[in-house]
Amino acid sequence: MTYEPVIGLEVHVQLKTRTKIFCGCLTEFGAAPNTQVCPVCLGFPGALPVLNRLALEYAIKVGIALNCTVQEFTKFDRKHYYYPDLPKNFQISQYDLPICKNGFLDVEVNGLTRPIKILRAHLEEDAGKLIHEEDHSLVDLNRTGQPLLEIVTEPDIYSPEEAYEYLTNLKSIIQYLEVSDCDMEKGTLRCDANISLRPKGSGQLGTKSEIKNLNSFKAVRDALAYEIERHNQILNNQEKIIQETRLWDEKKGRTFPMRSKEEAKDYRYFPEPDLPPFMISKEKIAEIKKIIPELPKEKKLRFMRDYGLSEYDARILVMTREKAGYAQERLMAYPEKEKKSVANWINGPLAAIAAKLNCEINEIKISVKDFIDLIDLVENKQVINNLTGKEILEQMARTGKSPHNLIQEGNLSQISDEASLEKEISAVILANPKVVADVLSGKPNSIMFLVGQVMRQTQGKANPKVVQEILKRRIV
Amino acid sequence: MELYSLTAHELLEKLGKKEISVEGLCSSVRNRIEDTDSKVKAYVRLAGSPAVVNPKAINNGSLSGIPVSIKDNICTEGYNTECCSRILAGFKPPYDATVIRKLKDAGAIILESKTNMDEFAFGSSTENSCFGPTHNPWNLDCVPGGSSGGSAACVAADEAIIAIGSDTGGSIRQPAAFCGVVGLKPTYGRVSRYGLIAFASSLDQIGTFTKDIEDSCLLMQVISGHDPMDATSADLKIPDYTRSLGQDIRGLKIGIPKEYFIEGMNREVKTIVQEAIAKLKDLGAVIKEVSLPHTQYAVAVYYILGTAEASSNLARFDGVQYGFRAKASKLIEMYFKTRGQGFGQEAKRRILLGTFALSHGYYDAYYLKALKVRTLIKNDFDAVFQDCDCIITPTAPTPAFRIGEKSEEPLQMYLSDIYTISANLAGIPAISLPCGFVKNGLPVGLQILTKPFAEETLFQLGHAYERSTPWHKMKPKL
Repeated sequence: MTYEPVIGLEVHVQLKTRTKIFCGCLTEFGAAPNTQVCPVCLGFPGALPVLNRLALEYAIKVGIALNCTVQEFTKFDRKHYYYPDLPKNFQISQYDLPICKNGFLDVEVNGLTRPIKILRAHLEEDAGKLIHEEDHSLVDLNRTGQPLLEIVTEPDIYSPEEAYEYLTNLKSIIQYLEVSDCDMEKGTLRCDANISLRPKGSGQLGTKSEIKNLNSFKAVRDALAYEIERHNQILNNQEKIIQETRLWDEKKGRTFPMRSKEEAKDYRYFPEPDLPPFMISKEKIAEIKKIIPELPKEKKLRFMRDYGLSEYDARILVMTREKAGYAQERLMAYPEKEKKSVANWINGPLAAIAAKLNCEINEIKISVKDFIDLIDLVENKQVINNLTGKEILEQMARTGKSPHNLIQEGNLSQISDEASLEKEISAVILANPKVVADVLSGKPNSIMFLVGQVMRQTQGKANPKVVQEILKRRIV
Repeated sequence: MELYSLTAHELLEKLGKKEISVEGLCSSVRNRIEDTDSKVKAYVRLAGSPAVVNPKAINNGSLSGIPVSIKDNICTEGYNTECCSRILAGFKPPYDATVIRKLKDAGAIILESKTNMDEFAFGSSTENSCFGPTHNPWNLDCVPGGSSGGSAACVAADEAIIAIGSDTGGSIRQPAAFCGVVGLKPTYGRVSRYGLIAFASSLDQIGTFTKDIEDSCLLMQVISGHDPMDATSADLKIPDYTRSLGQDIRGLKIGIPKEYFIEGMNREVKTIVQEAIAKLKDLGAVIKEVSLPHTQYAVAVYYILGTAEASSNLARFDGVQYGFRAKASKLIEMYFKTRGQGFGQEAKRRILLGTFALSHGYYDAYYLKALKVRTLIKNDFDAVFQDCDCIITPTAPTPAFRIGEKSEEPLQMYLSDIYTISANLAGIPAISLPCGFVKNGLPVGLQILTKPFAEETLFQLGHAYERSTPWHKMKPKL
């Protein structure tokens, strides 16, 4: 029998409010243990939570961007479990009235775009961190009470690739909204995956496993692929899947069952009596809607429409809000109507330089004018050739000098004038009689070898187009 | 007349005229405590006379120089606050409850020794305290009521001028009735709960124990008001409570709920309360019978919602950060042993009841159902208040009972709150004031309930009654 996978994702996003969700403690990353705490987030007897309104606003922003219904009436609930990183032994979360419900996020895989259904997004407080040492454990409660938005999809994802694309798009949107850094390494975005297999075409869900310890989007994709394989084997052997939580081991490239809890979980949710329910007015929602920036999908379509870019180029340019802004400035400054070369220079050479310098494209310090000048010098004025252009771009990135200065300093102007090239071309024709014969005998592509030789002789300064023309004329 | 036996407003007047000194007042109260608390046991962790805590005392505040006694479940920065439970042994909060901060700002002097209570306010007799019971000043063989038995007894015994307590189902009013003092539970949201160690968050409210109505006004004026640290505190203006003093009550409409004067109620209590109602009628109030049809469900609803919230609120006492921690070699063992040894029997009973009510499969039948009935009870009051300014009932069905009499019968104990619980469920303010004595000399309390945030009606009616009766002037012989 053939089986198809059904996947659901639970993503926790840490909202970057300056203070915690229920108290005034700071949320800065990397502070000394237990220095950003107070009686409220320590869960001391008698202390009470008060909601950080900004966290609520951020959640509404995300909800709108994910096409959710923002609830006009919402409340918090207590979720109970005992663990030393949870000082009250209950977490303030949202149970039956999450702030956002029933949204979707468009995801494209293999050229097909499909909306992935989002069940809910709700606010909750983060727990602390445990550091396990040899015979004891240490508790750091700085993270306790940081605001989290948990975004849960329906079981509506059907391949590891779709899961990967969903996460990439989700991260991009949330970063556009500037409500979270979505940095998996710092734990500001965390993801758990649920997966089950079912006979192809069946409407019912099979027994699922939940995968945790996923530290990158790649890990999500790899772990899901592994689980599909594992479920397939079990089902094809006519055995039963055990519903369990499994941990992904990145190094070994496989999942392991987590030690199972002794009893079934009962979180005993009930309404948080210390926080009255919240009414969110239609006006407030409309107000927040207005401050939502242009999101990646709309921006991509606009780049394609206004600048004539391909879908591929536009998609890469809008991946982050910063990069899109950086690109847009340059696209607009470029005087020609045909803007494709700007996209090419950003997505090609500039991206390569960013990778080399280990930074983001928008962090490269090349002014808009210098960048546009360089493209103009290569593409239109043909003062330098493409190869030299790339080298100059890298020097611009490293030194901050203008392309004109660098061309002058290095005497790098392209030689297009026939008289100056005469000597080198004659020498190359004389030195390669066999290749010349090949060209004459009807192998016109062999001429490129000769062009290359001339380029070498001129340290790459010759205009390859001009060289080719002269060669053709001279040989024929 | 000894200074300790006076009211705060009398003392403030003397202090203002410099007839007496704050030192003199404090030593008078301390001496009284030294003399009588070995019999009453209103205070806990009392080594001789209690230290006073307030560097800012003696300012121009409205309670400047007045000693205030505090229930052991209200946080005082740097001083033990243990809810009379072993599990909080040695707990010194790093912060003051909002009420304590306000009292200090008003110049009040906070006593370091706290007043005795049922563990975590679970009880109606102050017998469930890890420090042992408090004794009723009117009859030392009797309970003072509970859970704020220590606060009620210390005011009744003149071991305090005024005291602060908390009321979740009657924990201020019932002991006030048993000890013959004035006990006020304000509207839910009127006084900040920040720093009150929670029993049931949706029912708890901090309130006052005083020797008369005027002191209650004075104290409420200080502790009331919106607190940005408590999301359930109401952002409403606080009226000048003293304005309700001395007002006449002609035309004030008083409802008498027929469901409250039931079989099983002590005959003497019934007679005394009826006499009080007659007195109010003489003073010009209009008396009419009203109905609160869902009264019979109040105790059941209360013991589901209250225990459910308590089971959650008490989850944090696990030995990890503060208080008592049992020796153990594994985490789970530490949890079990700490909670097993740290909590008393009634606390365990309520944690189990509440955990059950919230458990998967039972939630709808218990917790959710109870929430719905709570709304019906609130609706009953709303309906009556369409037509009445206030409601009068007995505070408790009996006078104080003997120590040990009900401690083995939790259900009997729970029924002693039958008249007080509804006010917490509905969130409305209620006061208990002395209205007479049964033949064996124990006091009886009259309960007045009114609309949310209308405490001034309680003061108006209470003061009118007080002025025409001698009961609040009576002192126990100790």
